[in-house]
Amino acid sequence: MSDRPNAAGLRRDALRERLGLFGLGLPALVLVLVTMILPVGWLFWLSFLADDGSLSLVHYQRLVEQPSYGRIFRATFEISAIATAICVVLGYPLAYVLAQLPLRAANLCMIGVLMPFWTSILVRTYAWLVLLQRQGLVNTWGIKLGLWEQPLALVHNLNGTLIGMVHIMLPFLILPVYGSMRAIDRDYLKAAANLGASPTRAFWLVFLPLSLPGLFAGALIVFILCLGFYVTPAVLGGGKVIMVANRIANDIEIFFNWGAASALGVVLLVLTMIVLYVASRLTQLGRVFGGHGT
Amino acid sequence: MTRRKMFAGQALAVVVAAGCGMAAGPADAQQLTVVSFGGSYQEAQSKALFLPAAKAMGIAIKEETYTGIADLRLKVKAGAVTWDIVASGSGSAARAGAEGILEKLDYKVVDVANFVPGTYQDYCVGGDVFSTVLAWNTKTYGDKGPQSWADFWDVKKFPGKRSYRKAVAGALEPALMADGVPAGEVYKVLSTPEGIARAIKKIKELKPHIAVWWASGAQHAQLMKDGEVDMVTGWNGRFDVAKKDGAQVAYTFNQALLDYDCYAIAKGAPNKDQAMKFLAEISKPPYQAEFTKYITYGPTNKKAYELGTIEAAYAKTLPSHPDNAAKQLTIDLDWYIKFEEKASAAYQNMLTE
Repeated sequence: MSDRPNAAGLRRDALRERLGLFGLGLPALVLVLVTMILPVGWLFWLSFLADDGSLSLVHYQRLVEQPSYGRIFRATFEISAIATAICVVLGYPLAYVLAQLPLRAANLCMIGVLMPFWTSILVRTYAWLVLLQRQGLVNTWGIKLGLWEQPLALVHNLNGTLIGMVHIMLPFLILPVYGSMRAIDRDYLKAAANLGASPTRAFWLVFLPLSLPGLFAGALIVFILCLGFYVTPAVLGGGKVIMVANRIANDIEIFFNWGAASALGVVLLVLTMIVLYVASRLTQLGRVFGGHGT
Repeated sequence: MTRRKMFAGQALAVVVAAGCGMAAGPADAQQLTVVSFGGSYQEAQSKALFLPAAKAMGIAIKEETYTGIADLRLKVKAGAVTWDIVASGSGSAARAGAEGILEKLDYKVVDVANFVPGTYQDYCVGGDVFSTVLAWNTKTYGDKGPQSWADFWDVKKFPGKRSYRKAVAGALEPALMADGVPAGEVYKVLSTPEGIARAIKKIKELKPHIAVWWASGAQHAQLMKDGEVDMVTGWNGRFDVAKKDGAQVAYTFNQALLDYDCYAIAKGAPNKDQAMKFLAEISKPPYQAEFTKYITYGPTNKKAYELGTIEAAYAKTLPSHPDNAAKQLTIDLDWYIKFEEKASAAYQNMLTE
C-alpha cells in the first residue's frame, strides 16, 4: 500500500465530503419534505377524489364549468400584476435614493423600510381599515381640510386592497433592488461621464440595465407572493375583491369536502410554477437569486 | 398562501397531538372541552351556561374557539377529536350530522319536551333562537327607518350604503320578499328551478348600492358601529351588543328570518356520555333564561319564559317571543340540505360578476 494519493483515494475523499455536506443539509430537507412536500402532495391527491372516495376529475370539472372560478383566477393575476407595478413604481426610486446615501444613513433608512415587517400583517391590515373607512381618519381630515366633500371610497374595494397589499409587499421589492444597486461599481458611471454621457444618459444606459436583475427578482417575488394573498383582500376588499385564497377558504366552509378546495390550490400552484418557469426562460433566474452561474 | 400554511400547521398539530397519545385520555371525564364562535356570543354562553353548568355538575370546562364545522371535519377525519361539545348554527349542524361527524343525541337524556317546535334535530339540540334582521343607522334615517325588505331595496326612498351577507345562507329569502313573494311561499318558490335565479337577479339589482359583503357577525356589528354603512342585514343580538357599545343602530323583526343555534357532540368525542349530560343540563329552563340576559337571543325551552326571571318588557325584545316570531319566516333546514350547494355556486357567481 502506498501513502501517495491516487485517483481512487481522491474520489473517495470527494464522496465523503459530498456525503458530509448532504448530512448538513439533511435536517432542512426533511423539514421541507414534512411541512411542504407531503401536505401539498396530500392536497394534490385529495383534489382527484370524488365525494365517495373514487378517483375523479369532478373538482376540476367544476372549476371549468362555473364561470366564477375563471373570473377569480383572472382577478387574482390582474390584482397581483397591478400591485407589483405599483411596488416597482414606488420602490425603485426609493431604493435608488437609498443606494446613493452614505452607507450609515442608508442603513438607518433601511430600518424604516423594514419596520412594517415587525408588525403582524393582520394588525397592519386592520389599521388600514381604521384609517381608510368612510368615517376613518383619512376621510375625516380630507373633508375637514376641504380637500374633498363626500367621503371617498378608499376601502372595501380594490383601492383598499391594493393599498394594503402594496404596503406589505414594498420591502420585498426594495431589498433585492437595493442590494443589486449597491453592487454596481461606481466606476462604470464615472467612465460613462468621462465618455461624455450626461447623468441622465448614464443612468438609462448603464445604471438601469445593471440594476435590472435585482428589479426583476423583486418584482417576481412580489408578484408570486401576491398570488397567494388572503387576509388583505378579505379585510379590505369588502367581499368584492375575491382572490383564489379567499375562494379556497369559502369552498371549505360551504362544500363538505377538501377536494373542491384542493383542486383550486393545485391550479394556483401549477399556474404559479408556470409563471416561474416562463420567468426563468426569459431571464437568467439563477443569477437573479444570487447564484453566479452563467 | 396563508390559508394553505394554516392547514399544514393544523395537520402538523394533529399529528403531534396524536403522537403524544393524548396525555389526558378519555378516562378523565372530569373535564369537558367545548368549542364555540367567540366574541360577545361565546362570552354570553360562558357566563350563563358553561361555567354554571360545569359547577353544578362538579366538572371542569375548557373553552376553545373555532370558525366553523370545517375545523371539526379536519379533526374527525384525522381521528384526533379533542372537542366534546360543539356550538353550531342549525344548518351547518344538520349537514354535519348527515355527513357523520356528529354523534346522535339521546333525547332520553336531554329533555326537549318543552322546546319550541323545530328547535332540535337528531344531531343538535337548540340553545338559543336568533333572527337575521334588517338593521339601520339611526343617525342616517332617524325614527323613519326601513321597515321591510322592499324598503331595503328602495334606494330612492332610502338612499345610503348597504351591507349584505357574503354567503348565501339567509341571503335569498329577503330578496324574494322584496320581490313581492309572501313569506309563507318563499321556500316554495326557492325550490323551483327559477326560484334561486329570481332571488339572485333581485340581489344583482341592489349590487351597486352594496358597499360591503359581510362575512361574520363581528364584522356587521363593527360596520354599524363605525357608521361605515347605513343599512345592513345581520344577527339581531350582535346589534344590541353594538348598541350598548354606542352604535347608532336599530332593527326590526318584521320579515326577519328566525333561526336557532344549537349544541352538538363531536363524533368520537373523548367524553361522550358526560357531554350528553352536560347538554341535558344547559337545556334546562334556568340556564336558558339566564343566557338571555347577556345577548338578545331567545330561549328554545319555552319553560324559560315561565320562570319569571326574564322581565316581561325584555322578553318582548327577544326573537322567539310570540309577538316577534309571528312576524318572521322560520328558516327551512330541509331546503338548505337540498339546495345550499347549488344556491351557493350561483351566489358566488353573482358576486364575481
